[in-house]
Amino acid sequence: MMLDIKNIDVLYDDFQVIWDVSLNVNNSEMVALLGPNGSGKSTVLNTVSNLVEHKKGEIFFDKELISNIPTYHRTSIGISHVLERRRVFPHLTVKQNLLLGAWHPKAKESLDKSLSKIYKIFPKLESRSSQLAHTMSGGEQQMLAIARGLMGLPKLLMVDEPFLGLSPMVVKDLISIFKSIVSEGISILFVEQNVRLALSMADRGYVLESGRLVVSGSSKDLIDSDKVKKVFLGS
Amino acid sequence: MTSEIILQAIVTGLMMGLIYALIAAGLSLIFGLMDIVNFAHGEHLMLSMFSSFWLWSLFGIDPIFSIPITILLMALCGIVTHYFLIRYILKAKMLIQICATFGLSIFIRSIAQLLWTPDFRNVDKPLLEGRLEVASVFIGQPQLIASIVCLAAFIGLYLFVTRTETGLALQATAQDRHAAEILGIPSNKMFAIGWAIGLGCVGVAGGMMSNYFFIFTDVGINFALFAFVAVALGGFGSIIGCLYAGIIIGLVESLGGLLIDPSFKLLYVFAIYLLVVIYRPQGLFGRY
Repeated sequence: MMLDIKNIDVLYDDFQVIWDVSLNVNNSEMVALLGPNGSGKSTVLNTVSNLVEHKKGEIFFDKELISNIPTYHRTSIGISHVLERRRVFPHLTVKQNLLLGAWHPKAKESLDKSLSKIYKIFPKLESRSSQLAHTMSGGEQQMLAIARGLMGLPKLLMVDEPFLGLSPMVVKDLISIFKSIVSEGISILFVEQNVRLALSMADRGYVLESGRLVVSGSSKDLIDSDKVKKVFLGS
Repeated sequence: MTSEIILQAIVTGLMMGLIYALIAAGLSLIFGLMDIVNFAHGEHLMLSMFSSFWLWSLFGIDPIFSIPITILLMALCGIVTHYFLIRYILKAKMLIQICATFGLSIFIRSIAQLLWTPDFRNVDKPLLEGRLEVASVFIGQPQLIASIVCLAAFIGLYLFVTRTETGLALQATAQDRHAAEILGIPSNKMFAIGWAIGLGCVGVAGGMMSNYFFIFTDVGINFALFAFVAVALGGFGSIIGCLYAGIIIGLVESLGGLLIDPSFKLLYVFAIYLLVVIYRPQGLFGRY
């Protein structure tokens, strides 16, 4: 088991947003974290990155407790996090954004190799390498954000709402890119609201509602589950 | 009025402007990085002038040679400021942040008055003295060297921020703190570096100015005000904007003083500030 979240509670000041959530991701597996707006999906990812602290529970990565490791050490142990709404550095070039993705020493060592690999997966980024990130379209920025995450040579790539605001064409591209990333042995944990889309590509899924885990299982089981329908369509 | 006098005013303004630019660049760097305005910037300038003065008066080191020590001391001062004050107010409300650095400015000035009295001092017979005459324009040597050193420091700062890895990380932290942190760039360390560099700039400016400027505990106030104007005029967070803005302010100050009335020099500079705020609030090179 690569990522193992055990019974975490998360509070914003006094307001509890995550209740006793457990979740795990195996090696080279694609896992979807589903749920309606405000159900705490992003908070779970942010907790794994320690952008938000958890009050109870533990988080293990590669069997090591990582609950208290500061955010900036996460990439060096193999966790890359692509934040919601891309969050590329708007006034830096595409190439500079990518270079910043390879910050820890190990990633820096294989910088040239990762760069040529990234350019193979995302050919558009190579032709745009000297363009400022904020001048690119939403889809291109999403590609850049994911590419920047991959530059840190992660074992686990967490992506928050990767398909938000993208055209169907770009979504299709991104799905095949996700599949090829997983086939290279990198696990993906992604947050998504579109259940059908998410379960069509993920191996397994977890469904959150109001900060509580409602149901989890393989995509096949979830897609026909009544519980999932209830969460998203109401009773 | 002859053309020589106007030329003289332009040269004087240009030389002063380059110093304003460097002081403003330090302020702008810190603001751009963590959205905190260092209201104690003038006091930090005062400290750097006193550092230069005491190194001369106690150890007989000429200001031109003590520059590296002054820069180092100011960078250290920046790191200390970050670790003992700024770190705790990063997430605080804006009013608290303003009060914190404003309070720091009063604190530093009062301590300086207590320790060193409000007397005016100057470095007697520095190595840099005298003036050159070029095409009937008089150029003070210390002023000329000071402006050249400040311009060099400015270019160095610009190259550092845009060309080096650490500079890139500084820019990334300025643009999106959390996104940078998640990539492995510790913001706290970047902030400390930002303070060290920001006050290092002030160290260069103050150290060079101690050659020809009176050194007293309130000396920083006007310079800090001009730095604020330069940052607003150049555009918040834009370093290159500071260069143009600093030069504009220097020229407005000296030409305004020459052409209209020297006793209202501050007025012209702040009139420029008001015009900018009204017609181009983001400044000349601002992104916001």
